[in-house]
Amino acid sequence: MNKKGFSLKGLTKKRLFMPIACLIVVLLINLVKTPDFFNISINNGVLYGYIIDVINRGSELAILAIGMTLVASSSGGTDISVGAIAAVAAAVITNILSGGTDSVNEFHAPLLLAILAGLLVAVLCGMWNGFLVASLKIQPMVATLILYTAGRGIAQLITRGQITYIRVDAYKVIGSQFGKNPVPAPIYVAVLMIVIATLFLKYTAFGLYVQTVGINAKAARLVGLNPVKIQFLCYMICGLMAGIAGVIYSSRIYSCDANNIGLNVEMDAILAVALGGNSLAGGKFSLPGSLIGAYTIQALTTSLYAMGVSSDQLPVYKAIVVVVIVSLQSPELYKMLKHRKANSEKKNLIKEAVQS
Amino acid sequence: MKRKALAIFMCTAMAAGIMTGCGSSASTTPSEAPAASEAPAASEAASSEAPAASEAASTEAASTEAAAEAGESAADEVAKNDGEVLNIGFAQVGAESDWRTACTDSVKSAFSAENGYNLIFNDAQQKQENQIKAIRDFISQDVDYIILDPVTETGWDQPLQEAADAGIPVIVVDRMVDVSDSSLYTAWIGSDFELEGKKACAYLKAYLDAKGFTDTVNIVDIQGTIGASAQIGRTAAFDAAAKENGWNVVSQQTGEFTQAKGQEVMESILKQSDDVNVVYCENDNEAFGARDAIEAAGKKVGTDIANGDIIIMSFDATNAGLTDTLDGSILVNTECNPLYGPVLTQYVQKLKAGETLDHDSYIAESQFSADDTVTSVNVDGTDYAVTLLTQDVLNARAY
Repeated sequence: MNKKGFSLKGLTKKRLFMPIACLIVVLLINLVKTPDFFNISINNGVLYGYIIDVINRGSELAILAIGMTLVASSSGGTDISVGAIAAVAAAVITNILSGGTDSVNEFHAPLLLAILAGLLVAVLCGMWNGFLVASLKIQPMVATLILYTAGRGIAQLITRGQITYIRVDAYKVIGSQFGKNPVPAPIYVAVLMIVIATLFLKYTAFGLYVQTVGINAKAARLVGLNPVKIQFLCYMICGLMAGIAGVIYSSRIYSCDANNIGLNVEMDAILAVALGGNSLAGGKFSLPGSLIGAYTIQALTTSLYAMGVSSDQLPVYKAIVVVVIVSLQSPELYKMLKHRKANSEKKNLIKEAVQS
Repeated sequence: MKRKALAIFMCTAMAAGIMTGCGSSASTTPSEAPAASEAPAASEAASSEAPAASEAASTEAASTEAAAEAGESAADEVAKNDGEVLNIGFAQVGAESDWRTACTDSVKSAFSAENGYNLIFNDAQQKQENQIKAIRDFISQDVDYIILDPVTETGWDQPLQEAADAGIPVIVVDRMVDVSDSSLYTAWIGSDFELEGKKACAYLKAYLDAKGFTDTVNIVDIQGTIGASAQIGRTAAFDAAAKENGWNVVSQQTGEFTQAKGQEVMESILKQSDDVNVVYCENDNEAFGARDAIEAAGKKVGTDIANGDIIIMSFDATNAGLTDTLDGSILVNTECNPLYGPVLTQYVQKLKAGETLDHDSYIAESQFSADDTVTSVNVDGTDYAVTLLTQDVLNARAY
């Protein structure tokens, strides 16, 4: 880092510098390994290319990262139930649409109604988590562990243990594309969510409240904020985001596979928040950071696919990269390096002194 | 005072725990009640299906192992029990997939009260400890036979020894058990995944030969979850066939048996190479994902390989999978048969008659295609018929 010179020093101090740099490095590796990684073409009326895959497939993760950021900031904990909530939402939606059968070729209920019901259930799940964490003061991980384990069971119960197929083109829209629009539909959903969240945080004091509660809940209460309410709201939003991600997951495969929808995605969402340079201990947060983190994870996954790494070995490579990225962002590491440098300089000085 | 209250609370909690503990094991019997009300419907379906199925079986070369073993009786005929009602304990894995549900329904309808059996069904909900407990329950209830579909392969020495000590024969179905002494269980019957793979590959070869396709076969293998027995068998058969037939293996990646992963992996593979013309998916869900990815990339899925169609092959033959096989988007679907009920009744009757069973054997499995180019495939010198899939065949299927 020191080689970069003074003009860059200001830049490197910026909060988002490291997350962005990591994303760029991940993408640059592709330039060497898979030169056509950045090719974008229009194929069959849809934008086509690895970069599009990254943005498209990263949509769910980006949406989940929004909720996870708020949760991590306000409560200093993580919501590990988001994957399960996504499965529950998908199960509710497909079950309403299918009217209780395993495979249908037409809707048994209006699509919008089903999606709203699914999102409502997701919000309820979020409220449950919020109630446990905010009101009962249960540790976030323990509180959300309940739905983490029970959520998929609930989803299985709703779908009666079957994979429910909705073979209707209208249901595939959210997971594929809007009419003849060349941009994949999940991207629109993700962008919409990001814009809403950004505006909400920018033009209301909510973001500030969340950070205040996360830094010191007692102090927040003394200045007139209600920490319980704010944490509760954060978990509720997180539930809603999980529900929206569930809609996309389900629409992509026009079915609900309760065992596999959003499987292990909670860990990726938490990772996205961490990669974005946010502290999981609560307090200050940066939403753009989390989003960059989310797309970095997806870029990594897609890159590894492009390099032909089998998806069962993927976690290993992912882990290596994550260790590198996270440690690069750790202030302690720089302190250690500085310390060593100072020590060696000291030694050199002593040596010189002795020699002279 | 507080401590006392706590103690009382703990006691009630423990009592409640014990009650619910008993409840769950006792509930296996009440849970039979709704199942029993379902059973007539299921057996109806089974009986209406029986003629069609036995027809299929007779056209199917009688050389399938289980049929050959069964001798005079067809493999899918339920052996009724005369005389005293036999008590059968069935320890099932759970209800995690429609395949498993079909398996459970098949066993339940075969061992029905009308057929002279009393089936005690236990759903282990994917937990081995539940199954071990179920086996001990079966022993204490002194059932005549135990059927076990084990959750895991290992850890069965002790419970099976207990069953052997009680003199109760155990028939293991579907998954294997790994015990030091294989005489601890009476017999095992399950799927031959490698044979399934071989049949699928033989079909592809026969199909390409029949179509006079001589270009390079650029084939993709979307594997199942690495380490699953279905993946091991099907991949092994694929590897051998690709080597033998000189197929160019473009990519071999796992889709973890799910549609979402299958789609994602296929999406990526299609970007790496432009000339894929066959996709070998190791289950139906992956096939759906692969199809969506291919169509999204602007290519056509179908059977006309010479004109740029991409052929998809699949396994399991679930209802959804066969629906896609019927419209030609899956060329050939090789069955993984969950209908263990009939063959198990035959086993039980043989044991009752004092006959000995083959220790390890495979259940008969068929192969489906809506294309009549290939009518039978030859694997290791044995012919296996390919069932021509029509809407009627699909409707007659039990799952």
